[in-house]
Amino acid sequence: MKEKVKKEQTVIFQNPPRVLGYYSLVGQKEGEGNFSKYFNQILKDDKFGESSFEKAERKILETIVFEAIKKAELEPSDIDLFLSGDLLNQIITSSFTARDFNTTFIGLYGACSTMAESLALASCLIDGNYFTKIACATCSHFSTAERQYRNPLELANQRPPVSQWTVTGGGCTVLGNMGKGHKITNATFGKVIDYGVKDANNMGAAMAPAACHTLLAHFKNTKTKPSDYDQIFTGDLGKLGSHILVDLLKQEGYELGENYTDCGQAIYKTTQQAYQGGSGCGCSASILNSYIFKKLSEGYFKKILFVATGALLSTTTTQQGESIPSIAHAVTIERGE
Amino acid sequence: MKQQLSQEQKKYLTYLKEKEPKTPILKSLIMAFLIGGLICIIAQAIHDGIILLFPALYETQVNTYMLIVLIFITIFLTGIGVWDEVGYLGGAGTFLPISGFANAIASPAIEFKKEGIIFGTCVKMFVVAGPIIVTAVVISVVTGLIYTIF
Repeated sequence: MKEKVKKEQTVIFQNPPRVLGYYSLVGQKEGEGNFSKYFNQILKDDKFGESSFEKAERKILETIVFEAIKKAELEPSDIDLFLSGDLLNQIITSSFTARDFNTTFIGLYGACSTMAESLALASCLIDGNYFTKIACATCSHFSTAERQYRNPLELANQRPPVSQWTVTGGGCTVLGNMGKGHKITNATFGKVIDYGVKDANNMGAAMAPAACHTLLAHFKNTKTKPSDYDQIFTGDLGKLGSHILVDLLKQEGYELGENYTDCGQAIYKTTQQAYQGGSGCGCSASILNSYIFKKLSEGYFKKILFVATGALLSTTTTQQGESIPSIAHAVTIERGE
Repeated sequence: MKQQLSQEQKKYLTYLKEKEPKTPILKSLIMAFLIGGLICIIAQAIHDGIILLFPALYETQVNTYMLIVLIFITIFLTGIGVWDEVGYLGGAGTFLPISGFANAIASPAIEFKKEGIIFGTCVKMFVVAGPIIVTAVVISVVTGLIYTIF
C-alpha cells in the first residue's frame, strides 16, 4: 500500500475518489433563483405532499439519495456507507432516512459545512480502501430551520438586514473508487474558529474568518494560489460574509477575484426577498450537485475549490450570550476524463 | 466563565461594525407610522361602525367589541398567511396595536399544531407573547401597590 500523504490539515489523495452520480432538489423559491435550469428537481409544494415540514425534509433527503444512486447506475444495496447530516436537533432527517436504507450510516453534524465535510471524509475512507462506494448527502428546509432556530413562520416581524434565508433543498453525491467521473484530489479539514460574533442573525460574519483560515491552510499545504482554480466556491457566507472573506484574504496577501463565487449570495436573484442571501446545508449542496458538477462535465471548469462553511451555534448558546464558533472544510474537485 | 476577547477578535469586531449594513431607521419609522396609523384608522372605523349599528351600547362595550373584531381580523389574516407580509412592511407599527399581540399568540399556535393540542398548541402558544403577559402582570401589581399605599 502506498504511503498516505497528509500535510497538517490537508489530505492529498493517492487514488482520488470519483464522482459516480449526483442529484439535487430544491424548493420553489430556489427554483425561481439564478440556478433554476441546473437543478434536477424543483418542488412546487414546500410540503412535498407530506403532513409536516419535518417529514417533507426527510422526503427530500430520501429522494436525492435514491435518485443519485440511480444516476450512478447502482442499486441501493451497492452502497456500503451512507454519510449524511442536517440542521435539525439530533440530525433526525439523516438518521430517519438511514432507517429505510439498509447500509452502514455515519451521521455528521457540521451545520452548513456538512456537504464538504462528508465529501472530505468519504474521500479519506475510499482512498484508504476501507469502503468502495459512499453516498454523501445533506439537505435543509426553510420552514423546519425557522421553527427550530427562529420564530414561527406567520409571526409578523422584520428581519435584520444582516440575516440570511435558509435554503429548502439538498444534494447527494455518490463517490466511488472506480469510473472516470470528476475526482476529488485533496481535502482540507477546518479548525473551529471564533472571532467573537454574537449576533445569531449575522452568520456570514461569524463564518468568514473560518473560511479564511481553512483557505489559508489549503493554499499553503497544496502550494496553490486562488488563480490556480477556475472557480472557488464558498458555501453560504452571503453578501456581507463574502465581502469580509475577500478583505481578510487580501490582508494575508491572497487576491480573490472574478473566480470567486459564494453559493449563498448567488442562489437567489436580487429581486427575491432574501437579505444577505441563502444559507443552510442545502445551499452549497444543491449548487454543488447541479451547477458545479454540470459545468465541470461541460468542461467550463477544470479544477474548482469547494469550501462549505458552518456556524456551530444552537438556540441555547445564543440565549446564554455565547459567541458563534464556526468551521469550514475545503475539497478540490477536478474534471474527470 | 467569561470569554476574554483577544486583540485579533477585537479588531475583527470593530471592523465588522463599520462593514455591517444598517437598518434603514428613517424608512422603518415612516413605514411603522403609516401602517400602524392605518391599523388605528381601521380600528376607529370599526368602532364607529359598531356605534351606528348598535346605538344603545355603552362606550366601554363598544371598545370591547371593536377589540374583538380587530383581533379576529388579525388572527384570520395570520391563518391565511397574509399578516406576516403586513408585519414585514410595518414592523413595530403592526406589533404595537393589539393586532400584534393577537398575531404573536396565533402564529406559534398554528406552527406547533403538529406536536399535538396539549404539548404543541397550548404549551407553545405563549412562546412569543409570554414575556408581554408577564411584564403586564408585574407592572399592574406594582401600579396597584403604589395606588393602594398613596
